[in-house]
Amino acid sequence: MPLPRVDKGTALGVGVTVLWLSLLVLIPLGAVAWRAGENGMGDFWDAVTTPEAAAAIKLTVAASAVVAIVNVVMGTLIAWVLVRDDFPGKGFVDAMIDLPFALPTIVAGLVLLAIYGANSPLGIELAYTQAGVVVALLFVTLPFVVRTVQPVLQELDKEMEEAAASLGASNFAIFRRVVLPNLIPAIFAGTALAFARAISEFGATVLISGNLPFKTQVAAVHIFGQIETDNTTGAAAVATVLLFIALLVLLALDLLQRWVARRA
Amino acid sequence: MRRNWKARWVLRLVALMYLTFLLVIPVGLVFWRTFENGVQPAIDALTNDSVLHAFRVTIIVALWTVLLNTVFGVTAAILLVRHRFPGKRLLSAIIDLPLAVSPVVVGLALILVYGRFSPVGGFLQDNGFQVIFALPGMVLATVFVSLPLVVREVAPVLEEVGVDQEQAAWTLGASRFQAFRRVTLPAIKWALGYGIVLTLARALGEFGAVAVVSGRLVDKTQTVTLVVDQSFQNFDQTTAYTASMALALIAIVILVVINLLRRKQPA
Repeated sequence: MPLPRVDKGTALGVGVTVLWLSLLVLIPLGAVAWRAGENGMGDFWDAVTTPEAAAAIKLTVAASAVVAIVNVVMGTLIAWVLVRDDFPGKGFVDAMIDLPFALPTIVAGLVLLAIYGANSPLGIELAYTQAGVVVALLFVTLPFVVRTVQPVLQELDKEMEEAAASLGASNFAIFRRVVLPNLIPAIFAGTALAFARAISEFGATVLISGNLPFKTQVAAVHIFGQIETDNTTGAAAVATVLLFIALLVLLALDLLQRWVARRA
Repeated sequence: MRRNWKARWVLRLVALMYLTFLLVIPVGLVFWRTFENGVQPAIDALTNDSVLHAFRVTIIVALWTVLLNTVFGVTAAILLVRHRFPGKRLLSAIIDLPLAVSPVVVGLALILVYGRFSPVGGFLQDNGFQVIFALPGMVLATVFVSLPLVVREVAPVLEEVGVDQEQAAWTLGASRFQAFRRVTLPAIKWALGYGIVLTLARALGEFGAVAVVSGRLVDKTQTVTLVVDQSFQNFDQTTAYTASMALALIAIVILVVINLLRRKQPA
């Protein structure tokens, strides 16, 4: 197949766009991978398997996995309540879901510390614990699953559910057999985005985690510490691992979306 | 529907409890903590010279970010929707990439290329242009993290409105620029507004990337989010909570605007 003819205006636009993306995104990210690998794979491996780095990466992946699972359940549940339920103040609750996107992450960390920190007014102290890290990540990832599932649920035909109900199916059976199969692609997409976000989060976790190596230090906070102590090679190595995980998640998401598009 | 009411109530209760403990109480408590000792300490904290300077820096960075990402976003959206060229899918993927990169990694990436000890950064600095630990680096970092927001709002609307009206304008003798200003721009204005507001929110609140590239120089490169972090670490809770409250208020205003704009957009 011959390449499509590209007119001069398009070529100029693409050229400028690619130049800008290269200077801003591609060359800098390439420099991270380069710095991580410039002394060979052996050094890269040593840098990501120092006890502190390995512990940070493990905690980050584990906490993000927990956050992803909680989001699957709570995100779907909240989306269902917002679409199928009706109660006074629903519009307000709906608008509130986006607050974690609008609120600066450091403020999110501080507000959670205000309630779940030392002298917690509720008597629940999560500061400097792994549970605190999970709560901070749940806060910043709240909108992802809700906002991907909600529109799909809105479009869903209620007739199938009513037919199932008239045939005597229980609520749970209707949800599992009729509603859920339609929501699964959206739930996965939202969860993938939430997971990618949780893996890379810094601002929300930096205060509540207390930055304790081997206990509550997540990967992004570890990288920040390495940059501050001028160990850019170590920082770049862990950063490369994060980039790699994020790329895998994005790739999985892209494959999923293409698969769904083909099936439709 | 009658037999559903129990399940319905349980689900509603679970959803609202979750949101109460995760969102409402924490955010509400910040307002309460800010005004715990009255209004005066909060006003004093906000009108402190360093805090005012941080607000000025934040606004400058945010405005540059919005300007650059608006120009880039509209250009990229038009290219992706209206033009054919090889490598389009790849370009589209690269534009989405920044959302998956940790802000700290963004900062590290920019330091490695534009820092004083790299060939590029060293060359720029020798010619009197400092990027890292200065405003240009902070703008670059903030542009990076908010890169896809305008494109992803504008592109679907451009797709939706099609090319008929633009072609009609060209047939009637309008130049490309005239057609863009009179036909395309009015069609995408709400989506563009939405993208700009999202970019603004992200820019005002960026912390991780800016924390790395700014060097956190008080009264020079400190932004409001950095003030929150620094005053908290220094046990200056009043300033930390007051600055947080100000940022939370801005976030709430932005939420309201977002909801208004969403209603303006054709479903």
